[in-house]
Amino acid sequence: MTVAPTTELSRLLREDFDGVLDAWFATQKREGVRRPDLFSDRESRRQLSDLLRAFAEVLARIDITEPVDIEADVWSELRLALSEITLVRTERGVAPWEMTAFILALKQPVFVKLNESLSGTPDRLLSIAADFGRIVDALAMHINEYFIAERDEIIERQRAEMMELSTPVVQLWERVLTIPLIGTLDSMRAQEVMENLLNSIVEHSAEVVIVDITGVRVVDTQVAQHLLRTAAAVRLMGAEAIISGISPKIAQTMVELGVDVGEVTTRPSIRAALAEAFRRVGFQISRIEDSRV
Amino acid sequence: MSEAASIYSVDKVLLVAIRDNITDTDIINLQEDLSERIVNEAARGVVIDIAALEIVDTFVGRILAQLSSISRLLAAETYIVGMRPAVAMTLVELGMDLPGSKTALSLSHALRSLKAKGLA
Repeated sequence: MTVAPTTELSRLLREDFDGVLDAWFATQKREGVRRPDLFSDRESRRQLSDLLRAFAEVLARIDITEPVDIEADVWSELRLALSEITLVRTERGVAPWEMTAFILALKQPVFVKLNESLSGTPDRLLSIAADFGRIVDALAMHINEYFIAERDEIIERQRAEMMELSTPVVQLWERVLTIPLIGTLDSMRAQEVMENLLNSIVEHSAEVVIVDITGVRVVDTQVAQHLLRTAAAVRLMGAEAIISGISPKIAQTMVELGVDVGEVTTRPSIRAALAEAFRRVGFQISRIEDSRV
Repeated sequence: MSEAASIYSVDKVLLVAIRDNITDTDIINLQEDLSERIVNEAARGVVIDIAALEIVDTFVGRILAQLSSISRLLAAETYIVGMRPAVAMTLVELGMDLPGSKTALSLSHALRSLKAKGLA
């Protein structure tokens, strides 16, 4: 009875553990992915031996006739070791391709070993080598996935942070709120702005809200549409919206685009808008007589 | 009149409280009831409180607009009050921003406005 290819591989790795480790290490050196500038020999060797040990364990337990599924439970230990090493290496500035090459460098030493022990049975040698290649490739791809997932997570987190930062609702006075918009106003942000604003209206029982677009770079039809919808929702809540910070340039663009603001109050500056808001909620700012200079 | 909406009369103002579980039939009944009461009681002001409404669709949106149009025709100034943020967003999303209706934050805000105009 022939032994399963993976069992054979596992046995091979365990039998000559240090030999394979040294050879793997040497291949990495040759390929230029050893990075002696970032890791000492000792640390590198420790990482490799952790990985290799976990690998040999997994090989003894998987069934190679099935597709290689790194996400399966049997791989969990190796996955953990792999992600730890990837994390450590990326934190020190190792590039994704170097990580992939780092794993692929295991192929050659194992092929050499296989050749030594199975040179008498070329058929078996070929089939085991092919299986091993498949497994290592799957590992390398998994590392890539891991990189992409990590990066996506960072992007998503930054996007959320940016979103939060960019839509603060500020109470200017009793019953008067303002939301200074900065940057670009896409559908996603417009939604966020509207939600924040409407919830704040309830929270503060606000009667007037000033939507300040001084910091909005471009006002096109879509942005204007978002602004008007926000104003409409504000009105439905029973408050009034004032759009402020409309520069002469933006006023001209809006007219050229045929944007009709309808009943929505607009003011050129936040100062003018605040004066109007005070008038509506019944406050007045007056100069103290004595302070006149 | 079902329990899904009630009409209270305070001075010359009719207060309409709409509950969350209102059905399409209820709301059509409400429309009839309200128009009759406005005429019978010579009401000059109507306040529709929808604070309990958590979900609206185009039908409810249209009826709300109709309610205020009918009241206005019968010479009663109508305020829709207490709309929730999610409801406001949905209505705007549906393109039903009730252009003809007056709105206020709450019942007391609406009453204050009506009093200021001498309608309550």
